[in-house]
Amino acid sequence: MTHSENIDSETIYKTDTLIAEDIDAYLEAHQHKTMLRFITCGSVDDGKSTLIGRLLYDSKMIFEDQLATLEADSKKVGTQGQDIDFALLVDGLAAEREQGITIDVAYRFFATEKRKFIVADTPGHEQYTRNMVTGASTADLAIILIDARQGILTQTRRHSYLAHLIGIKHLVVAVNKMDLVDYDQAVYDQIIADYAAFAEEIGIEAFTPIPISGLAGDNITSKSTHTPWYDGPALVEHLENVEVMATANQAKPLRMTVQWVNRPNLDFRGFSGQIASGTVRSGDEVRVLPSGKTSTVKRIVTMDGDLEEAVAGQSVTLTLAEEIDCSRGDVIAAADAPPQVADQFESTIVWMDEAELLPGRSYWMKIGTQFVSVTIQSPKYQVNVNNMEQLAAKTLELNGIGVAEIATDRPIIFEPYEDNRDLGGFILIDKISNATVAAGMLHFCLRRSQNVHWQDVDIDRAAHALQKRQEPRVVWFTGLSGSGKSTIANMVEKRLHALGKHSFLLDGDNVRHGLNKDLGFTDADRVENIRRIGEVAKLMADAGLIVLTAFISPFRAERQLVRSMLPEDEFIEIFVDTPLAVAEERDVKGLYKKARAGELKNFTGIDSDYETPENAEMRIDTTKMSPEEAAEIIVDKIVGSWSYTI
Amino acid sequence: MQHSATATPLTHLQRLESEAIHIMREVAAEAENPVMLYSVGKDSAVMLHVAKKAFFPSPPPFPLLHVDTTWKFQEMYRMREKAAKDAGMELLIHQNPEAKERGINPFDHGAVHTDMWKTQGLKQALDHYGFDAAFGGARRDEEKSRAKERIFSFRSANHRWDPKNQRPELWKLYNTQKAKGESIRVFPLSNWTELDIWQYIHLENIDIVPLYFSAPRPTVERDGMLLMVDDERFRFEEGEEPVERSIRFRTLGCYPLTGAVESEATTLPQIIQEMLLTTTSERQGRAIDHDQAASMEKKKQEGYF
Repeated sequence: MTHSENIDSETIYKTDTLIAEDIDAYLEAHQHKTMLRFITCGSVDDGKSTLIGRLLYDSKMIFEDQLATLEADSKKVGTQGQDIDFALLVDGLAAEREQGITIDVAYRFFATEKRKFIVADTPGHEQYTRNMVTGASTADLAIILIDARQGILTQTRRHSYLAHLIGIKHLVVAVNKMDLVDYDQAVYDQIIADYAAFAEEIGIEAFTPIPISGLAGDNITSKSTHTPWYDGPALVEHLENVEVMATANQAKPLRMTVQWVNRPNLDFRGFSGQIASGTVRSGDEVRVLPSGKTSTVKRIVTMDGDLEEAVAGQSVTLTLAEEIDCSRGDVIAAADAPPQVADQFESTIVWMDEAELLPGRSYWMKIGTQFVSVTIQSPKYQVNVNNMEQLAAKTLELNGIGVAEIATDRPIIFEPYEDNRDLGGFILIDKISNATVAAGMLHFCLRRSQNVHWQDVDIDRAAHALQKRQEPRVVWFTGLSGSGKSTIANMVEKRLHALGKHSFLLDGDNVRHGLNKDLGFTDADRVENIRRIGEVAKLMADAGLIVLTAFISPFRAERQLVRSMLPEDEFIEIFVDTPLAVAEERDVKGLYKKARAGELKNFTGIDSDYETPENAEMRIDTTKMSPEEAAEIIVDKIVGSWSYTI
Repeated sequence: MQHSATATPLTHLQRLESEAIHIMREVAAEAENPVMLYSVGKDSAVMLHVAKKAFFPSPPPFPLLHVDTTWKFQEMYRMREKAAKDAGMELLIHQNPEAKERGINPFDHGAVHTDMWKTQGLKQALDHYGFDAAFGGARRDEEKSRAKERIFSFRSANHRWDPKNQRPELWKLYNTQKAKGESIRVFPLSNWTELDIWQYIHLENIDIVPLYFSAPRPTVERDGMLLMVDDERFRFEEGEEPVERSIRFRTLGCYPLTGAVESEATTLPQIIQEMLLTTTSERQGRAIDHDQAASMEKKKQEGYF
């Protein structure tokens, strides 16, 4: 048993005397403690639970009855033989205890003379990126544990990357189990040099290295005599002195997300929220977003009386001098430095659900107190968390991290995540299962013009399409007369309509009688006919529609011409392949009969060529497939060809 | 508490209070029919106090619900009425009619008593009023399985908690979306410790049940626990006589199930002093946790708060 050997921890936790002799002085001192939240990261064998158990134990957070349970448990399921297994102190749920691993985020508490600490304990297993990101999201600091015998492992890189990704400014690299390498400085120095090289590679600007032993208690609460060569702080000393995020945020411009409007009576209208950053005083000029209207802070109302000033981290209720519109989801900001408003962003997304990301599907997004509908594009790339490689990806699976564009259905107030976690961090919620499926961080908006002061929105073709929640397509049916183009195109349109998609069908009936009524059936007229139809289809696609065309369009060149008018991937050529004999046998309109009788000139297939498509996106063999079946696979093709699906 | 007017760091109690206020406002804004479970204990007292602050000058926009077992200490009943009145909130009281009819009591029925009055009673009340969100005063430091529970904890339509299927809780973004019939238990004091609770009560001058302070009270020692003879329903075992001892309670529940500690602490600083110097943890006074190591986790899965 090693815990009793290390009694120098008393210097930090020594409170008994004061408690016993002057409790009022003790309470007075402890009212002024600050609070630090941190996360411990390490793989299963790095001694993470042991370190946390040690911190709790040394801070007297373990009572005698708990200790008795612990001792009994240690003998029963512990991994330290007859010794106390500190890890058992922090492993909670029954199923996990049996597996001997922690499988979720757990929060622990301890306090020293200076601070209260909240520790997020998260597992080191590969499949639990989700848990670490969750635990890290509220942390001011991360402790990366490295087993001195193992050096930097894949897990070390992964944990460091995730801590950095989530924006943790203070990283402690704790080289643990120094007792097992005889407190060898050379071992430690090598690990730290390796780590420094890696840190630079992924953009970590600074970290604090500390050699420790969680089990033996070295450099935990006080400097260890075993490491005379180490001149930095002990772990707890460092934890006590790091600046917490909430304090750092006080220096930034004011932002308060409005949670709730307080209206006890007609004479009082207060806006309640927690200040995300900055400071507010009565008399300050503020701007309410998204309206952009300005007003002056009249009162900062609390139950203990009005405040002169409130700072980041405080929950307050503000009243304004002027009556202006302001409701939940709005942001009250410094008048001269408001955040931006936009609806398209580049973001990093961490996927947290068993069901993978469906690009194009609509999800709920909660950001601050704003709640909007969003769609996500296919990721630009996915990050391999083990080596930070960027990989091509069409979706994100559980624990996948990727960079993707995201579009909200209305403009939202935001700031880049690195500047403000409250206005840059978001969660995504599945609309059917209600599960929290992802966490994300906004980096920047895709169009800077979306600043609130210039609501000058460019209604371009992307905007048209986005409004319809779809991607424009021109679905070009080609084939002989009587092949079934119009029948299938009609069914496709009905299906799209049922899916809530916006479409339009161009066919002989609505084009030949109006726009092209001056054209006949000569080859030249046929070319002009198709050119005009192509131009109309293109305009409709610019308007965001899914355009279906059902024309014989016998010549490759014209089909190619229309294809070239449109962005790549927007033109879908569908060859409705019905053998001439079959079409002629059907002869729904009696045209083949007339053509055979010589009453119709230039009839395709009879006395005019049909150039079979060579690179059609799809070929429908109507002798093997019913129109219904054809329509179904075509709709799948249209929707499936989007960079997102329905 | 008075927030300092200078740009110095917030204290841990200011931050805990601010977090709890934020949580309560989120629920008030997003839930359709929230309620605050009020057990009359010190954690409930703190939770209620924070609620008053969160919505000041309005009263908290939800009622208080006491799931009563009829076996609480008499002083708790007195405090209950007063607290609701002071807060300007509606007080709902639910007693499981079946438990009442069958005369379920802690002397004869052991674990069935807690299950029927508390677990089933709570479910009945939530179903009856159709509450979709219920605040509770539980803290993560109370017990190991609580340490892993979310602040917003989802319950199926059958009120079950699934520890393997909790929603990730990031930053301060709480997902309150749920299907019909599902509900959320919300624990705004999740990150508070017992010491934080006491310090806050001290700083904010919060009124708590006098049983927390030491006084001479009639007691019986049984199975290593000091029980208080709170009313005439107390059943003496053979040879038992009430003995007056100077006692107080660290936690309050049904009086025949709640152990007292011998103490001379009559002021809050003295209580805190005792707490800090003591070597047994808070829940030891509650019989409910002793059965087995994972007992609380089991109870929670079944719907116990």
